[in-house]
Amino acid sequence: MKERLVVVGNGMAGTACVEQILKYSPRFEITVFGDETHVNYNRILLSSVLAGEKASDEIVLNSLEWYQQNDIRLRLGVRIVDVDTTAKTVRGDDGSVTPFDKLLIATGSTPLIPPMEGTEKKGVYVFRTLDDTRALLDCSHKGARAVVIGGGLLGLEAARGLQVQGCDVTVVHLMDRLMERQLDLIGGSHLKAKIECLGVKVLLEKNTTAILGEERASGVRFKDGSEREADFVVIAAGIRPNTELARKAGLAVNRGILVNDHMETSNPDIFAVGECVEHKGTCYGLVAPLIEQGKVLAATITGNKGPTYEGSIPAAKLKIMGVDVFSAGDFSEGTPGNDVVRYEDPALGIYKKLTLRDNRLVGVILVGDTADSHRYMDWLDEKTDLSEQRRQLLFPAPAADKGLDVAEMPDNKVICGCHGVSKGTIVRAIRDRGLSTLSQLKECTRASTGCGSCTELCQHLLQAVAPQFEQEEKKALCKCVPHSEQQLREMVRSQRLRSVQQVLDIYGNGIGCEFCKPALSYMMDVVWCGDHVEDRSARFVNDRVHANIQRDGTFSVVPRIRGGVTSPEELRRIADVAEKYKVKMVKITGSQRIDLLGVQKSDLPKIWADLGMPSGQAYSKGVRMVKTCVGTDFCRFGVQDSIATGVELERRFENLFTPHKFKMAVVGCPRNCAEATVKDIGLVGQEGSWQVVVGGAAGKKVRKADVLVTVESTEQALQSAALFFQYYRENANYLERSYDFVERLGIERVRRETIYAPLGVQQGLRERLRKSKAASRDAWLEGDEPRTPTQFVQIQPMENVQ
Amino acid sequence: MSGGEKKWVRVAQSVLFPVREGRAVDVGTKQLAIFNLGKEFAAVENRCPHRGGPLADGLLSGNTIVCPLHTWKFDLVSGISVNHKETGACLRIFATRVEDGVVCVEVPVGVEDETIPMVCDSPDRPLRWVARKPITAANSSQQQQ
Repeated sequence: MKERLVVVGNGMAGTACVEQILKYSPRFEITVFGDETHVNYNRILLSSVLAGEKASDEIVLNSLEWYQQNDIRLRLGVRIVDVDTTAKTVRGDDGSVTPFDKLLIATGSTPLIPPMEGTEKKGVYVFRTLDDTRALLDCSHKGARAVVIGGGLLGLEAARGLQVQGCDVTVVHLMDRLMERQLDLIGGSHLKAKIECLGVKVLLEKNTTAILGEERASGVRFKDGSEREADFVVIAAGIRPNTELARKAGLAVNRGILVNDHMETSNPDIFAVGECVEHKGTCYGLVAPLIEQGKVLAATITGNKGPTYEGSIPAAKLKIMGVDVFSAGDFSEGTPGNDVVRYEDPALGIYKKLTLRDNRLVGVILVGDTADSHRYMDWLDEKTDLSEQRRQLLFPAPAADKGLDVAEMPDNKVICGCHGVSKGTIVRAIRDRGLSTLSQLKECTRASTGCGSCTELCQHLLQAVAPQFEQEEKKALCKCVPHSEQQLREMVRSQRLRSVQQVLDIYGNGIGCEFCKPALSYMMDVVWCGDHVEDRSARFVNDRVHANIQRDGTFSVVPRIRGGVTSPEELRRIADVAEKYKVKMVKITGSQRIDLLGVQKSDLPKIWADLGMPSGQAYSKGVRMVKTCVGTDFCRFGVQDSIATGVELERRFENLFTPHKFKMAVVGCPRNCAEATVKDIGLVGQEGSWQVVVGGAAGKKVRKADVLVTVESTEQALQSAALFFQYYRENANYLERSYDFVERLGIERVRRETIYAPLGVQQGLRERLRKSKAASRDAWLEGDEPRTPTQFVQIQPMENVQ
Repeated sequence: MSGGEKKWVRVAQSVLFPVREGRAVDVGTKQLAIFNLGKEFAAVENRCPHRGGPLADGLLSGNTIVCPLHTWKFDLVSGISVNHKETGACLRIFATRVEDGVVCVEVPVGVEDETIPMVCDSPDRPLRWVARKPITAANSSQQQQ
């Protein structure tokens, strides 16, 4: 019979240890108790959930299926309240009694509530679990005043999340600097300055003595008698190891449960791991040491006793409100024999400090630039003798090859701690799947999609390994929002910004201009696949009234005539409309369409209704048309059905917005009568195949389109066109025509990232195109349902001047 | 501006003006462009001094209006051109206020109305299309149908 292992605690440490135990042997029948009702999740990412960057299901580490696959009995929402060491059973708060042969205590810690009055009031929160996070999300809203007690790591993460939610946040800290466990006075003041720039207020050396308010918190009072109003209060003043169960089990407990180097407690059948244990006088609160402990414990508990845990160098790398911070080891200056090396650039917000002892690194602080953190960490871990390098500690001679540093890392070194992706996995993915950009790497390996602190390392790896690595563009969109479009798309996505004004408020000057507002409008639409907050005030007039403004202030109306194929009945309706509304000119356009020119704004909805045809989008940065020749239907030379294919192509993409206007054509033979080779996308029919060409132009510039691919079936041609279309939509800069885009990237790269991209990447492109298409609609439907009562109607004054 | 008499005219419910957008309104013999700037309203003649463009259809950039035809920009507080200062182009500003949720504009009465000087001699949007007959109670209700 298998031995029964009961694990109390379903957090990161306990579960990571169980994973290690499973690697050794299947000797245990495992039962896991968790008092939270969720499966094991990544607690580090709770701040991302609070900031709205991640949904709660995105931070799950071990799904229910994982427990099932490994035959682990999982009991959620049950708190173990007692342990009987003689009978070897644990009792849950549901009354259940569970026998064990071995017991693993991984109860973690609970928030430390400093002594003060009124902590029981409503509106007082802690920040520890997913439920806490949800409660905070419920009460945070734009303008809500939040006081966060505690300026350590946890407190600042809470503050950051609340600030992103629009709260007016004040951080109150007892000490003379923020994050005193990770930073010295100077580092702390750099961080404070940066955080204050972002609108978070920081009060240092404030001892909170009371939470004010009747039933609900309305503010806090400090020891010096001053007060601060608040709509809610978050206490994030540290953690306390949960040792109650261990005490009941009669284990030796100091601040935490005492364990030796083999992770054994004072009872041979009971083990402990994680934040609840104390090893050589230290309780750890960061993830890396807990994982180390789990590995050692797994060896011990499975009868492979040997590896020892010798304590960890505390190290933290994080991004606090956009500020990179890295801290490791002991950085105290007072210790005799410690040498300190410093670099400081207050204007850039960069601060670096190394503490050395006997020519060996013992502590590091990096603020504002953490690019070199892994090198310092290696020096710390390896206790490298640095006497040869004393002159280049902070400014190492630049490596000839930027990837050299990473190239020297061992393959099993974990690069992305959030998703546990090792260097080897990344290198294999880059090689085997031909990845060349960070976004592809993210999509394929999930590396750097967590906290993002390894982004730079991933970039370096790509640079070192990918033969065709391409740095992503860095040109700022506009002086109103001084970030590149690529950066903005990422920020919009991660911060879940759904309106133009939000982007302008958070990342820009709050105002915007005639260039960036339409650009951001487009970005909202493409990032959220149409599921954004449409702000018409940010659109050019053409996209407010769905017609093209003319030099005299009138508008032109171009109905959609797919593929340029119309009917006598449609033509009759168009003629009637032209007469009825005294249209000044009826013109056949260069795009095989009919243009009605000189229409008053107020007549637009009536004309659309009378036409009974959808919008031809001839006014917007969007899908204009597909021109066709007559193809096999009538032409003596046609070898492909250009008309049906062109109509279908137009149906698939119509009503969608693009970075610039987008024109297409389909021709049934290489004679190219509809000029497909000078269009954004052209399908050129050949005997038994289609050539898909992209990036052609016949405007200010004339450019022959590049061949994207040659395929046999019509459906393949349409699919290839769709991949290019969506790729252009997502990656081109605003107002960049496809021909500039293709020229900038080169057709080779375009091919690699569309038709030859890994399957997952292709599926992503298709799925987002499908979503956008599903959310789109014929703009002229607004004629019947205007967005505002005065969208088309001219306002008449209530009274008049005589 | 001539020292003639002025009158406050009740124009329309403020809710009819979407935030950060403009709307054209005929007041007297003039067509005005009235903008909802969020906290306040601004009113100018709906006619770009460059080539007559309909400013009410322009895009707002804070307190600056950008003409939809050739992106001439004007400050709505001073009326002064932002990007074509050398031409001396300037908008005529009308005072606004909101009373009981109604946007009111102060316009001159009883004098022959001056029009703003144009930068070019042959504007694309001729005056005859902009200045219309005063709207009477009778024809205004007809138009609203």
